[in-house]
Amino acid sequence: MRSGKNRLRRSRLYIPGNNPSFMYNARLYGADCLILDLEDAVAPLEKDAARILVKHAIKRIDWGNSELIVRINPLNSGFGREDIRVIAPMAPNAILIPKCESAHDVNAVEELVTDYARSQGVYEEIYLIPLIETAKGVLNAYEIASASPNICAITFGAEDFTKDMGISRTREGKETFIARSIIAMAAKAARVQALDTVFSDINDIDGLIESAKEAKMLGFDGKGLIHPSQIEPVHKVFTPTKEEIEYASKVVAAYEAAKSEGKGIVALGSKMIDKPVVERAIHTIEYAKQLGLIKEEER
Amino acid sequence: MEYRKNAVGRLIPKEVEGRKLVPFKGAFAYRKKGRKASPPISYSEPGEKKLCKSLKDAIRAAGLKDGMTISFHHHLRNGDGVVNMVLDTIAEMGIKGLTLAPSALFPVHAPVIEHIKNGVIRNIQGSMNGPVGEFVSYGGLPTTAILRSHGGRVRAIEDGTLHIDVAFIAASSADDHGNLNGVYGKSQFGPLAYAMADAMYADKSIAITDTLLPYPNLPISIPAVYVDYIVVVDSIGDPSGIVSGTTRITRSPTRLLIAKYAAQFIKESGLLKDGFSFQTGAGGISLAITKFLGEMMEREGIKGSFINGGITRFAVELFHKGIVHSLFDGQVFDTESVDSFRDDTRHAETSMSQYANIHSKGCLVNKQDVGFLGATEVDINFNVNVNTHSDGLLLHGIGGHQDVAAGAKLSMIVVPSFRNRIPVIKESVTTVTTPGETIDVVVTERGIAINPRREDLIERMKGSSLPIKPIEELKDEVEKTCGKPAPPKLKDRIIALIEYRDGTYIDVVREVER
Repeated sequence: MRSGKNRLRRSRLYIPGNNPSFMYNARLYGADCLILDLEDAVAPLEKDAARILVKHAIKRIDWGNSELIVRINPLNSGFGREDIRVIAPMAPNAILIPKCESAHDVNAVEELVTDYARSQGVYEEIYLIPLIETAKGVLNAYEIASASPNICAITFGAEDFTKDMGISRTREGKETFIARSIIAMAAKAARVQALDTVFSDINDIDGLIESAKEAKMLGFDGKGLIHPSQIEPVHKVFTPTKEEIEYASKVVAAYEAAKSEGKGIVALGSKMIDKPVVERAIHTIEYAKQLGLIKEEER
Repeated sequence: MEYRKNAVGRLIPKEVEGRKLVPFKGAFAYRKKGRKASPPISYSEPGEKKLCKSLKDAIRAAGLKDGMTISFHHHLRNGDGVVNMVLDTIAEMGIKGLTLAPSALFPVHAPVIEHIKNGVIRNIQGSMNGPVGEFVSYGGLPTTAILRSHGGRVRAIEDGTLHIDVAFIAASSADDHGNLNGVYGKSQFGPLAYAMADAMYADKSIAITDTLLPYPNLPISIPAVYVDYIVVVDSIGDPSGIVSGTTRITRSPTRLLIAKYAAQFIKESGLLKDGFSFQTGAGGISLAITKFLGEMMEREGIKGSFINGGITRFAVELFHKGIVHSLFDGQVFDTESVDSFRDDTRHAETSMSQYANIHSKGCLVNKQDVGFLGATEVDINFNVNVNTHSDGLLLHGIGGHQDVAAGAKLSMIVVPSFRNRIPVIKESVTTVTTPGETIDVVVTERGIAINPRREDLIERMKGSSLPIKPIEELKDEVEKTCGKPAPPKLKDRIIALIEYRDGTYIDVVREVER
């Protein structure tokens, strides 16, 4: 599955929008999502060249099984509108909207994406992923996450957030703990995926694993990455374990049994199972299926 | 010129400069008969003085004359100071028309070009890495060069094809009797394996060192019995170019992916079990493979038998952890490995004959499970080029490539499918160095191709999650990405011969048009 609203997004690897040699091999590393970056990775004087490169790369390069996302520039930067005009008709799987602070920010981009795509006769689904990276954005996270049915996930940017807050970023990330918790909660409330910020030290694999484990604990579905060597460790963390899959299968089986017997209460052994637990289990089973860890009939 | 087609379809002249050439017939199809060459009888008496006052004195004493053949080893790699020093001295002495027979030349040896121009060097038989190769490619050498593998070079010395008149042997330490090693002194480089046959078969051997130690200089790599003269100089080379302080694993995601695929393939092939042995080089992919295989073996409690060198600290680490029982070493690449080579008894020196000589009574490459090898090009018949680039320039030696490919149970080429937009996987290689019949698997970042001759392997790997595909498919994918570069513009003149390890000829290299 290349795209889909609920596809796995354990890893999303950033690729500078002005570096074709990274693009050619990008599909080989097995990231769930690839982000062609027109924003922070590209200097202002190179924006036009990168935009044209990305436009052609979307269609010309084989992206394999990875979902292809383009990070555009913010609308108020003077580049954003042109990015959308050129990129939307190429129909990448999703557009990452930086510096999102309100539902309005999402809707403004959505309208342009739809208009520019349709004007070229393009009707393919293009998902939106708002990137929340300011204090205001965090406080409006739920409003942002529920701004459009085309939103598949919301994500967090720690680098700009700490800048906005006037604080320093640390390896442990205590300073962003509440912001990340709010974003994960907002995403779950809006029934979209929550994607955690990038881990930017490529030599610190242990730190990356710790950070991914914490993200998973908070309810995130994946992490942002800047080097292919980060993919495997992050996938290990976000891939459901054998025990988790077994437990989820039991929960789902109990739920279905109860449903067919017309019982309102689901029980597994002596324990009562709440509805959110069932939902979580269904979610786990769906991931496991996408990863080929269980086959259809095994349910 | 009259040509015959050899077993890999290349045209080989019947004769070049009076040398009759046997075309390559297949990796194990040609068996030469006869007796080995032998050095002249020497005489050893009490009180003999081998230490010479100067290099000039030693060269004079060795009787070097116009038209003779001189040899060198390349353990000092790009830090070597000896080749240039000796050639400058020979030039000063007015000796001309020599055949230079190094085990390999490096970029540091660019001054050799001047000695070709001034007539000191007339022919080269040996590997040329870099500028000398380029100079020869453009027709700079008045005669035809010959390239041989490590095993092929010692075979040629032993069977008399390559007769060395005077061998120059750099040693990081020596005593006044001529016991040599590469593990003490200020320019340490490890084993002296490449120079062993030179010392044994040359008419005269001159040891050159910058560290004279009291007799006896132990351990002995090359014993005094093979050394005629000793010269002490200020420096035999630049230590920073000899061994690196510490070798590092590549950060390139493409190369890491290739290494990961290679290690995974070996695991799935069933070869990775107790007693496992392998050989890698010091390149980025090789180091990563050593590390990945080591991690797998450690995780699964597999006890390996040996790693065959080029040894790096990654191999030494596996050895010290007990993951492999021993190390065989023809050359080392970093200071940690020099230390281990000197101090660990199961880290053993192997002469090139012991390593790879097809005319020996048993060589190490035949005992190893897997050989990981590089390439400049690979074609759809699995023929491998390691000598020339796609522009036709002769820029690399053969190393142990032909030998390892022929000997190892599984020979694996680990390469990116293209480099700087130039395809590596091609319809036909520019130069055949190693025949496809000895190559089992080609691993690239875009997929893995198994030689159709290895039906057993194809069968075993069925159902693998690795991206295994026909080599033609890989080639098409690469061409779709890079296009198909125009072939190099070559002249008729043959500037070098590629000898196979058995003494037959597998290809020729032609002069490149400027």
